[in-house]
Amino acid sequence: MSASKPASTPDLPIWKQADAKPFVQFEAVTKQFGDFTAVNRISLDIYRGELFCLLGGSGSGKSTLLRMLAGFEGVTSGRILIDGVDMSGVPPWERPVNMMFQSYALFPHLTVENNVAFGLRREGVPDAEVRARVAQMLDMVQLGHLGKRKPSQLSGGQRQRVALARALVKRPKLLLLDEPLGALDKKLREETQFELINIQEELGVTFIVVTHDQEEAMTLATRIGVMNHGEIVQIGEPHEIYEYPNSRFVAQFIGSVNMLEGTIVEDEPAHVRVACPDIGGSMYVAHGINCAPDQEVHIALRPEKIMISAEPPAQSENVCSGIIADIAYMGGLSVFRVRLDSGKELRVTQPNIERDMGARFTWNDRVYLYWGVTTAVILTA
Amino acid sequence: MTVPVSAGGPVRRLLSKLNPGRHLVRGIPLGWLILFFLVPFLVVLKISFAETAIAIPPYTSLLEWDADEAYLTLQLNLGNFLYLLEDSLYIDAYLSSIRIAGISTILALLVGFPMAYVIARARASTRTLLLALVILPFWTSFLLRVYSWMALLKQNGPVNDLLMLFGFIDAPIQLLQTDFAVFVGIVYTYLPFMILPLYSTLEKMDMTLLEAASDLGAKPWQSFFLITVPLAMPGIIAGCMLVFIPAVGEYVIPALLGGSDTLMIGRVLWDEFTLNRDWPMASAVAIVMLLFLVLPIMFLRNRSDRLED
Repeated sequence: MSASKPASTPDLPIWKQADAKPFVQFEAVTKQFGDFTAVNRISLDIYRGELFCLLGGSGSGKSTLLRMLAGFEGVTSGRILIDGVDMSGVPPWERPVNMMFQSYALFPHLTVENNVAFGLRREGVPDAEVRARVAQMLDMVQLGHLGKRKPSQLSGGQRQRVALARALVKRPKLLLLDEPLGALDKKLREETQFELINIQEELGVTFIVVTHDQEEAMTLATRIGVMNHGEIVQIGEPHEIYEYPNSRFVAQFIGSVNMLEGTIVEDEPAHVRVACPDIGGSMYVAHGINCAPDQEVHIALRPEKIMISAEPPAQSENVCSGIIADIAYMGGLSVFRVRLDSGKELRVTQPNIERDMGARFTWNDRVYLYWGVTTAVILTA
Repeated sequence: MTVPVSAGGPVRRLLSKLNPGRHLVRGIPLGWLILFFLVPFLVVLKISFAETAIAIPPYTSLLEWDADEAYLTLQLNLGNFLYLLEDSLYIDAYLSSIRIAGISTILALLVGFPMAYVIARARASTRTLLLALVILPFWTSFLLRVYSWMALLKQNGPVNDLLMLFGFIDAPIQLLQTDFAVFVGIVYTYLPFMILPLYSTLEKMDMTLLEAASDLGAKPWQSFFLITVPLAMPGIIAGCMLVFIPAVGEYVIPALLGGSDTLMIGRVLWDEFTLNRDWPMASAVAIVMLLFLVLPIMFLRNRSDRLED
């Protein structure tokens, strides 16, 4: 994004528009529990209509950030603004925010209908309207027929839908979802992911999702904020995070990656050349980076971007050779673990685009690995 | 048993049906209840249908065996029960017992709920200490504790002194030998029975439910009445029954702390046994009291079972 661009550029996503007003603003927010800093000076803007994922391991501070937004935790320093309004001192029950809890937190003594109606009744919505809106919401999550049941009589997936309906029925400006799919099994999780996206687009509510599951974040998010040790280490669209990680942590956290070490030999504006003893040669990357000659760097290579062949390829750079140490045939994909002559092992995945392709190589075959000039990511952090 | 175990499925099934361990496990509490509850109850029931006699024991037997005529007569004297209805003293005593026990139970609930709540929400280490403190009074004699309330509440006792010190009253007021003293005594004595079941339900409660309620717009007092109280209901019912039932038949506390006009069924019962030596009448009083208590409890139990469905 550059400042010289025209102010109104509607085809750009909202977070790249220069004049867009952020909907949720974290301004240098810090949260300490005693000596422990759970969230460390985070500044973050989230825009209206986004589906923003906070992605991180346990203890990264992502849940604390969400709980501060909902008002369950105070802020040690900094400010949180929702729609331009400072939230400090605003109790949870007065915030224009609803949350879907990881445990769903359905009220066990109330029926599904009364769970969903709970929020509306607190607002003093007339009874007829409560019933209509509850019915409409339950229909949307396809639970219209189960309104009279208690939560204990529902399956995990159904409970998740009730929790979603209960959080959405008040038409909040902002919906917070804490590991929304964490308790579902794999198949249900995939279905629900797309349903969540549809609902979000249909209602136009801003979603902030906390998750530790990078696949979930990649599928759901318009943008991802990767968190580590109470800080946001990278913010970007899913493909940016995956293809252009800005640190070893992000590269390794999102997807699987081969991490190599090397030394900068040439650093030109249009390319970089790195000596990489791991591959017994040099690596050529067709874009410049900001670094010094002789600097030690890490090179991230995604396994699916490496080609594998029995014959030596034509190129002399970005190539190495080794023997196959392990094969995992996964149907659609084959995963090879190749031990290079340097002793380093690389993970390579190949789609089996033709039948019986998985059987091309066997253990201890000598193979050549090669990749394109834009594949590798040089990491200085 | 000499059943060959190796004989396979059916035999093993039979054995597991006859499982001696299972019968033992069920049998011990059952035997205990029969021996120490059912049998004494039947004895009392029997005495309630007898008449007083100047004898040892001081009542007539129900069965009479005439050996010459080979004639067995069963005499059931319903007079005691009829007398309970005729003399308003007994009905007044029952009603007054239920009133005093009911008020005490509500007071114990009001005092015990916040205490149980605080204990359930305390840190694990503090929680153990607080629970120990709740149970601690049981380590001293019950009678001693009631006597110390007599000392505390008397005319020139510490409670009156404090009230005068802070200017609430000008002269000592009558605290002892009032219903108030009886309430204090019952609430104090039975409070642990209220706190412990409340604690155990409150401790199990998921705190995120309260967060969810406040997230949905419920103010703290609304969350309390809409979420906490309904979920604590099993504990509330258990605690109230544990306080109410013994409080109805309480004798020592009204006798020591209550006034001469504090009419409670426990005292009536005691008087019938000891002063009047009318064992059948006393037994009838006890049987009716039991009915008074058992019926509402069965109703409550039914209700809470239905609540769980």
